[in-house]
Amino acid sequence: MKDLSVHFEGVCKRYAHFSLEGIHLELPTGGIMGFIGANGAGKSTTIRILMGLVHQDAGTVSVLGHSMPEEQAAAKLDIGFVSEDMRLYGEATLAWHMEFLRPIYPRWDEAYATSLLQRFDLRAEQKIKGLSHGQRVKAALLLALARRPRLLVLDEPTTGLDPVARVEVLDELMAVLADEDRTILFSSHNTLDVEQISDQITFIDRGRIIDSDDKEVFLDRWRRLRLVLPPDGVIPRLPGVVEVGGSSRLPVLTTNRFEPAMVSACSDLGATVQSVDTMTLEEIFVANVHSRRERLTA
Amino acid sequence: MHSGILISQTDGRPMYLQIMEQIKQRVAVGEWMPGAEIPSIRELAVELRVSVITIKRAYLELEREGVILTQQGKGSVVAPNPGPNPRVVDKELGEHLEQVVRLGELLGLSEKQIARRMKEASERLNDSRSSKEIA
Repeated sequence: MKDLSVHFEGVCKRYAHFSLEGIHLELPTGGIMGFIGANGAGKSTTIRILMGLVHQDAGTVSVLGHSMPEEQAAAKLDIGFVSEDMRLYGEATLAWHMEFLRPIYPRWDEAYATSLLQRFDLRAEQKIKGLSHGQRVKAALLLALARRPRLLVLDEPTTGLDPVARVEVLDELMAVLADEDRTILFSSHNTLDVEQISDQITFIDRGRIIDSDDKEVFLDRWRRLRLVLPPDGVIPRLPGVVEVGGSSRLPVLTTNRFEPAMVSACSDLGATVQSVDTMTLEEIFVANVHSRRERLTA
Repeated sequence: MHSGILISQTDGRPMYLQIMEQIKQRVAVGEWMPGAEIPSIRELAVELRVSVITIKRAYLELEREGVILTQQGKGSVVAPNPGPNPRVVDKELGEHLEQVVRLGELLGLSEKQIARRMKEASERLNDSRSSKEIA
């Protein structure tokens, strides 16, 4: 059996103007999952349910073996959570926050906290209200990391960071993963970060999970085929085509079930394959969302 | 052990291919000697800030090509006789040649013309190599 740090099964949450429906999520221990969705897609609601901050209407949620929201007190000792709307006390210094948390969390690692101060280029004696956005994110991350949590949950950790701070944050996230018993879930709409460090990727749109798989599977299966058709030629019927663009003689097919054999299949059908383009995660995400929405409205 | 591998965001090729290529180069120039231990999958993932699954993929393919050997629980080493697996290289050559023909057809070139362009390309490559030697 797989060792899962996070397991959602059939989770629903309904609001007046938004609902999460049938959320299924499996995050194996030791991995890092990128959770991608547009603004308002349901990322933060899902993460709040995971943290026990919002109670689901239906379905089961298990985090580090604890059933949520009932056992959230026990689970939270082992979860480090950083989100944009997390409030640190503006009037207090970072050092004050560190001293406040140290007695609460038994695994608090002071040496690690000190080294993070240096690597994040932060000063402990500075008041939170005087910090820039990037420094605040790094301060919150430092406070979460120094607790040595088994599960790190990060809501948009790299949003609004300058390039240097982003690299510092991604570096520390990967350093956490050097220990294979620790697990990270992070949401983002920066697909570049997700593409780089995630093992697994989950796409969410309009309250539903639209796709979830190993990153390499996504990058392998999605391709754009640029074809040249003879006059009066028809577009070959290929498996997994989600989008047909381009012009009539020069169609561009987007498929999510690419196999190298497709290329020769096309030429057998009279179409020349001009190129087979790989797609970035961003392109895959957008094509995925579009095709799903079109099918719903069709 | 620091690998010094650098991944380019503008390269366009998947990250696992870039990693494979740079490991092969390290082996080819002898920086990574046959039989030498190489970073574990997780170590390299942390160093390159790239997911474990991507490094795993690169190592699997390198093993298939005979460049490295991976032993469960023991990590990976450079193969004793690392060399490009001729079968794999031959297949790659075939694919590239087909691409050449396809592009040629697109330009309306005849088989002969494509062959001539090929010869010219080879001559250009030789010329640029010999001019570098003189410099």
